[in-house]
Formats: sequence, structure tokens, C-alpha cells
Amino acid sequence: MSARFLSRAALLRALLALSPALGEMVALSPVSAAPRTVALPSGTASPATGNPASMKNDDGPTYIDGVKPVMDQGIWVHGLLNQFEGRLDGANSSFRWDGEAWAGGDYNRLWLRSEGTITKGRMDDGDQELLYSRSISTYFDVQSGIRVDLDSGPTRTWAAFGLQGLALYQFEFQATGYVSDRGRFASRFEGSYDILITNRLILQPQVELNLYSKADKPRGSGAGLSDIDTGLRLRYEIWRKFAPYIAVTYDGYLEQARHFARERGDTAGALRLTFGIRSWF
Amino acid sequence: MLHLPARRAASTRRRFVTGLAGLGASALLPDAFHGNAGALIPAAGAETRAASPYAIPERSAAHYDLTIDTRPWTVGSRTGQAFTVNGCAPAPTLRWREGDDMVITVHNRLHEPSSIHWHGLRLPANMDGVPGLSYAGIPARGSFTYRFPVRQSGTYWYHSHSAMQEAQGLAGALVIDPARPDPDPCERDYVMVLSDWSDVDPHDIVSNLKQQDDYYNFRQRSVVSLFHEARSHGLHDALASRLRWSRMRMSATDISDVSGVIYSYLINGQTPDGNWTGLFDRGDRIRLRVINASAMTLFDFRIPGLRFSIVSADGNEVEPVPVDEFRIAPAETYDLIVSPTELRAYTIFIQSEDRTGHARGTLAPRPGMTAPVPPMDPRPVRSMIDMGMGMNMGRGDKAAPQHAAHRGHTGMANMAGMADMAGMADMAGMAGMHGADDGAPPVEGRVKPVPAPVVVDPGPPPRNVENQNIARHPIDRLDDPGDGLEHNGRRVLTYAMLRALKPGPDRRPPSREIVLHLTGNMMRYIWGFNGKKFSEAPAVRLRLNERVRITLINDTMMEHPIHLHGFWSELENGQGDLRPNKHTVLSQPGSRLSYLVTADTPGMWAMHCHLIYHMHLGMFRTVVVS
Repeated sequence: MSARFLSRAALLRALLALSPALGEMVALSPVSAAPRTVALPSGTASPATGNPASMKNDDGPTYIDGVKPVMDQGIWVHGLLNQFEGRLDGANSSFRWDGEAWAGGDYNRLWLRSEGTITKGRMDDGDQELLYSRSISTYFDVQSGIRVDLDSGPTRTWAAFGLQGLALYQFEFQATGYVSDRGRFASRFEGSYDILITNRLILQPQVELNLYSKADKPRGSGAGLSDIDTGLRLRYEIWRKFAPYIAVTYDGYLEQARHFARERGDTAGALRLTFGIRSWF
Repeated sequence: MLHLPARRAASTRRRFVTGLAGLGASALLPDAFHGNAGALIPAAGAETRAASPYAIPERSAAHYDLTIDTRPWTVGSRTGQAFTVNGCAPAPTLRWREGDDMVITVHNRLHEPSSIHWHGLRLPANMDGVPGLSYAGIPARGSFTYRFPVRQSGTYWYHSHSAMQEAQGLAGALVIDPARPDPDPCERDYVMVLSDWSDVDPHDIVSNLKQQDDYYNFRQRSVVSLFHEARSHGLHDALASRLRWSRMRMSATDISDVSGVIYSYLINGQTPDGNWTGLFDRGDRIRLRVINASAMTLFDFRIPGLRFSIVSADGNEVEPVPVDEFRIAPAETYDLIVSPTELRAYTIFIQSEDRTGHARGTLAPRPGMTAPVPPMDPRPVRSMIDMGMGMNMGRGDKAAPQHAAHRGHTGMANMAGMADMAGMADMAGMAGMHGADDGAPPVEGRVKPVPAPVVVDPGPPPRNVENQNIARHPIDRLDDPGDGLEHNGRRVLTYAMLRALKPGPDRRPPSREIVLHLTGNMMRYIWGFNGKKFSEAPAVRLRLNERVRITLINDTMMEHPIHLHGFWSELENGQGDLRPNKHTVLSQPGSRLSYLVTADTPGMWAMHCHLIYHMHLGMFRTVVVS
């Protein structure tokens, strides 16, 4: 399905319904312009250094019937399924997904993230997040919201606060810190880089690391660096929105979590041949 | 006057049939063309009449009924939805006459509002056709009657200003006869409406760009292309260049946001295979009225084997400039006159700036003839000059626009005669240094020193969410033919070569100079002026009859054709008082240029980038004249 251009009002209502705090932030943004006038954030008038009499630029004109000549406050909706793959290793084969979707404008967006791994009917690493995101610089957004560990293990709930963007040399980068309902801390770092072999054949190294302040044995996470999920994916963009890939992936427990895994009789880590599809709308 | 000889009328009919084959859709025949003195009639009409909706009608008319509707349009194997005027996409050519009082009723049969803007026309603000500024737009199933006097002549165009409808075909040519007929008209006179057509809905295109800014760019540097680059520039330089661009998080191959991957490039609605053909006889002079009605594409126009003269820019006559090639930005119009030397076919070859595709037509003595189609030129690669870091030899921030205005005396006028463009860029730098070193601008003998205008300059825009780059050393690129056209061995038009036939009526110096930085964030796909998109920015306010200088500093690494509605933009291109009047001024990346404006008509006007997705994502300002 192709991307949609939604009614601003409809999305605003949805955003406002979600959280009063979020609503307040949205209301501060230019999105909330009164229908009959141009949105003009106060205090950001043109720094006119010239004739002050003619450059009273802090009040905008009234548009005829409230019609805006352009639509630069559009609301956009997109979803990206970055990983949708089978990791092959005989009986230890897994199915994994890692995706995200967002809706919003240039400054305020609502993000959904979802990832999980299913091995032998058991789901691990089920990390679901709902975040509010605010653009803060040319390439970076700050995000905050909630994360729920929702899989075959015990459920945990976290408050999340993070940074996402494009670092120097065009590395995609994400760092998120979490505080759980039990007062524990965690953090996650994700990075990836697209190497264009040709304009359609793209090699992407990717890594995700999880850290925890305290061990959570029922969930298999250990204190300190707990697990890593990394892959080298070679995708072919048949079209921008649809790219099958072949990959080598490694996922494993580290340090204390590695001991937990051994105690459970699990493999501590596995390097696997992987096939998948990257797609977005 | 532009009378159609009978022989041409017959051939035009033939051409139209050819055109249908190219379109692959018989649905685009005009329903009828009321009020146009019968010049444009349905295809079933007589052979002696010009049946193509794009041929210049036999006579001008002052009363029109135009109907906006929608129809599927098939180009090649793909069908999209086109917006039509009287059944045609692109919209039919209209012919008016200077001095007439126009009465044009536009009926909107769409289920959405629409509008028609008369591009480049000087008329009352409420007739300008911009929803929200001139009027509320033409409501769905409603109509609107435009009434205004025509006080100019030349080649213009008209298009919708609503919801990106112009990107789907709602644009057409407008030819205005001078009040006093041309005493020596060309034997042939053709309109060439250039467009970029895609079956992808503009809203989907812009949505795709929001998610991935290089969505339509399949010509980026890659590991494979590294070997080619290393072979020509050395591995070290090739890698160093990549690292530099990568560090900036920008792409040297970012030429056009939307490319030939989805666009077909058309002449009067015809594909390269459809081969629009303009006929001529021995000894004929052909006037081609070239209009770039595309949404997102800069075109480079040439006729291999023929040099031609540019005689008019944006509807205004200029001293003829002989050239081999010219770049035409969206919304610009150029008239050229060409005299074929041999009685054979000549290809009209019109490449997109990013070289992902081309439009193609033919000038020929008979229909059906073709000439070889040349290969496309190499695609341009952006440089540090485009980033605004080019001026190592001078201090760009000191190169005052006054200096640019008088630059004709620093040697550039002589260069207009040079056949070879090589070295022009260096000379531009030299000219820049003069001004910077002199401190005060040079003064022409007959012009008295004038008080410097009050400068309204916000300074360099901050790098923020909406702005990716700061052109630290913007340079004068008026004598630069543009990225991808340098040193190609052909004589290419530059803005510095355009010279008006007579000085403009307003001799006053500007009392104010308004500096506008063109800014944007390609990655987030946000565009604006001074680091702000339309909805966050105040209007530009001008006093009625104020004379102002507008200075554009392009901080982005892309070209932006800036269109000011309602007033002439008198380009300060070094031709002294003979400034060419333009309605759309192409600002090259990393450049600084200026033009003078007399704000003689009150009202709310638009000023915007004519790359339609840049405009709709914020590179738009309201100009209030009161």
C-alpha cells in the first residue's frame, strides 16, 4: 500500500487523545495554527534590521477563506520492516522481525517499534515501543515513551528516552535509555551503515547491543553488556520498497547473560545464514 | 502577427496524428474550445485548420471558457490520472493580444478545488489565481471568471496553483501578441511545452521523498563507480571526495529529487518516440517558444548541428544571443529563432539536468523524418562550489550586490562574444575579487552615487532541523551555465548574457535590500527561506510603489527557480540599466544574485521555488504589498 497523506486534524485528534503531555507539545508546534491565520510562533519573527516601520513581520496576513497556498504541515505515515528473516541452523532456526512505523509532521512524530525472535515456538527479545519523537537538529530526533518486553518471558515495562539520527559519515544511529517499573536501568545501542555496491545492491552491516544495570534471570538478561544482535545483510532493491536479502547474522549473550544461557542449556550464541525481506510503505 | 500559412496548418494536422500514437490515448482530444474563434477545433475538423491544441491558434481571443477535468493518461505502458483543460493535458495553447480586456471563465469539474494562475502576468492581485492569496480558489464543481487587461506581450504559461495539479498536466502555453504586430515575423512559430510526466501521484512522490530523500536517485556513487572514479581521478582523490561528502552527510550526486526513473520527459505531451515535429521549408526562420512546465526538472536544450539565437526570456525581448545550448528551469520561458541551414531533419535534444532521461523532437522539412539522437552527456557531480565553499580567492560575503549590478564594466560584457565557455568560471571569480578589493562599488559615469539601500539581512541561517548547510562563500554564478554544462565545448547561455532591449521604466535605486537565504534539509525533505518553511515564517512586506532589491543566497546544493508573482524581477546581471525582466530566476547552488522589484500593485502575492515539491514543503513566502 502506498504512503498516505492524512488529514492533519484527524491525526492531531489522535495525538491529543493519546497523552495530555504530548498534546501540549503538539500544541506548541506550528501544527496547531488557527484555521484562518498563518501559524507564527511568537518570538521568532524575522530579525529585520531594516526599516522597522515597514517590517512589522510578527503578524501574518489573513488568508482568504483560510486557504493555505501550500501544505507544508502535512502529516505523513510510513512503516519500515527492516528485518523479516529466517535464520537457518537446523533445529535451532529462528524467525526474526524488526520494524518501525511513524506518523506525524516535520517536528512531532509518533513512533512504534517492534522486534522479536521466535525459536522453536518460543518468542524472545520481544521489544515493543511506543514513542513520541521530536526533531531537534538537522539529523537527530529525541524520543521518549514506553517499552514493553512482550514475549514468552516475563513481561517488563520501561520508560524510554532516546536519540536517533544520522551520525557523521552517514551512520544510522539509535541510543535509548530505559528505566523499568522496578527501578532498573537499561540501554540499547543500534547502528547500521549502507554500503552501495551498486545503486540497487546494498551491503548493510548492522549491530544492536543491550545493557542492563541488574541481572534479570527470568528474562535471561545479565548485568552489564547482556546481548548482541548483529548482521551483514546484502539486499537487492528490486524497488525501493521491496528488497530481498541474504545475510550472515550473529546473535548471542555476553558476560553474565552468557552464564545464564549455559545454565539453561541454551546456546550462548549462533552464527547463522539468513534470508529475509526488507520492505516499507 | 503570427499567421499560420496554409501549408503549416496541413502539416500540423499530420503532426497531431503522430502525437496521438505517442500518447497512446485518443481520450485527450479537446472536447471543444469555446470562444476561441474556432482556431482550435476537435480532431474531426477541417484539414486546413491547425488541429493540435498546442499549435498557436490562428487568431487571438479575449473571451475563453476553460473547463478543468480529469482523465486517465497513458504514456508508454503506464496509465496515470491527468488533469485536463478542455480535455487536454498539457492544457491547450491560448493566444491573447496586448491591450485586450480578458474575460476567462474557468469551470471546475473536479471533486476538489482547483485554480489557474497566469504565470508571469502583471495583473490585479485578485486575478492572479493563487488560492488563499488571490481568492479562495475555484471550488469543486464551481466556476470563476477572470477579468483583467493585458498589458504585456510574449510567451508565458498558465497552470493550476492547487494541490500539485500542475504536476499532473494542468499547465499550458500562453502566447500574447504585441499591440503592434511584429513587422518581420518568423515563417514558423511553434510552442514547445516541456513537461515531466509520471503515473505516480504527486502526493505519493512527496511522501516517498519524506521517508527516503534519495528514493528516485539511482545514480549515486557506489563501490562499482569507485573504480571508474579512481581511474579518472586517482584512488586517493576519489576516496577523499567520498569521505568529504559522507562526513557532511550529503550526496554529490544529488542532482534532481525526482528522476527519469518515473518521469517521461515530454514535448507538447509527446514522448521521445512520439517525436514532436516542427516543420520548415527552405529559408524559413523558426521561432520556438520553449516553456518549462515541468514539476521538478531542469532541462538542457540543444539542436545538434544548429546554432540559434535566444531572442526572449520570460516573455521579454532580449538582444539576440547566439548559443548552442541553454538550460531552462521550471517555469522559465525562452523564445529562440533558428534558421536551419540544410533541408534535412534536425533533432531537438532536451536532457534532464540529472541525465536520467530526455525529451526529443525534430525539426524537419517533412513529417516522419528523423535525425540521429545523440547520447546523453555525463551526469553532473556537485562540487564544493555548490556547497557555497567555492570562493577561496575572494571574500564572498563582501561581494556586495551593487557590485554585481555594475559588473558589466569589469570585463564580462566582452566575454559575451566568446565562443568557448572554458574559463568563464575562473573569470567570475576574478570579477568577484575586484569588488571585494575595491570596497566601494564602481560607479558608472552617468549614474550618480546613490545612498546605499537599507539592508534587511537575517544573516546566515542557523543549521537546524530545517537547514542542512550554510553557504559560507556564496559566489556570483550569473556567468556560469550551470552544473553539468561547463566545458562541454558548446556555447551555453548564461544569465550574464541576457540584455534587455531598453531600460526599465523605474530608474530609482532601491531603498531597501531584502536578503533571502534559500535553505532546506534534504534528508528531512523540508524547504524554506532563511531556515523556515512557509507556515512558520512571516510575510515579506513591501510598501506600495517601493523599489527594492531582493538578494538570493542559495545555501542548498540544488538549483531553485524562484518565481515572484505580480512583478518583474529585474535581474542585476552586469548589463547596467539593460537588466532583463524575468518572472522566474534560477538561483544556482552556492550562489548569490540579486534583482530589483517595483512593488506597484497592491495585494497578497506569492514568491516561491517552482520545483513543486520544494514549494509545497515550505519554500514559499507571501509577499504583502500595501
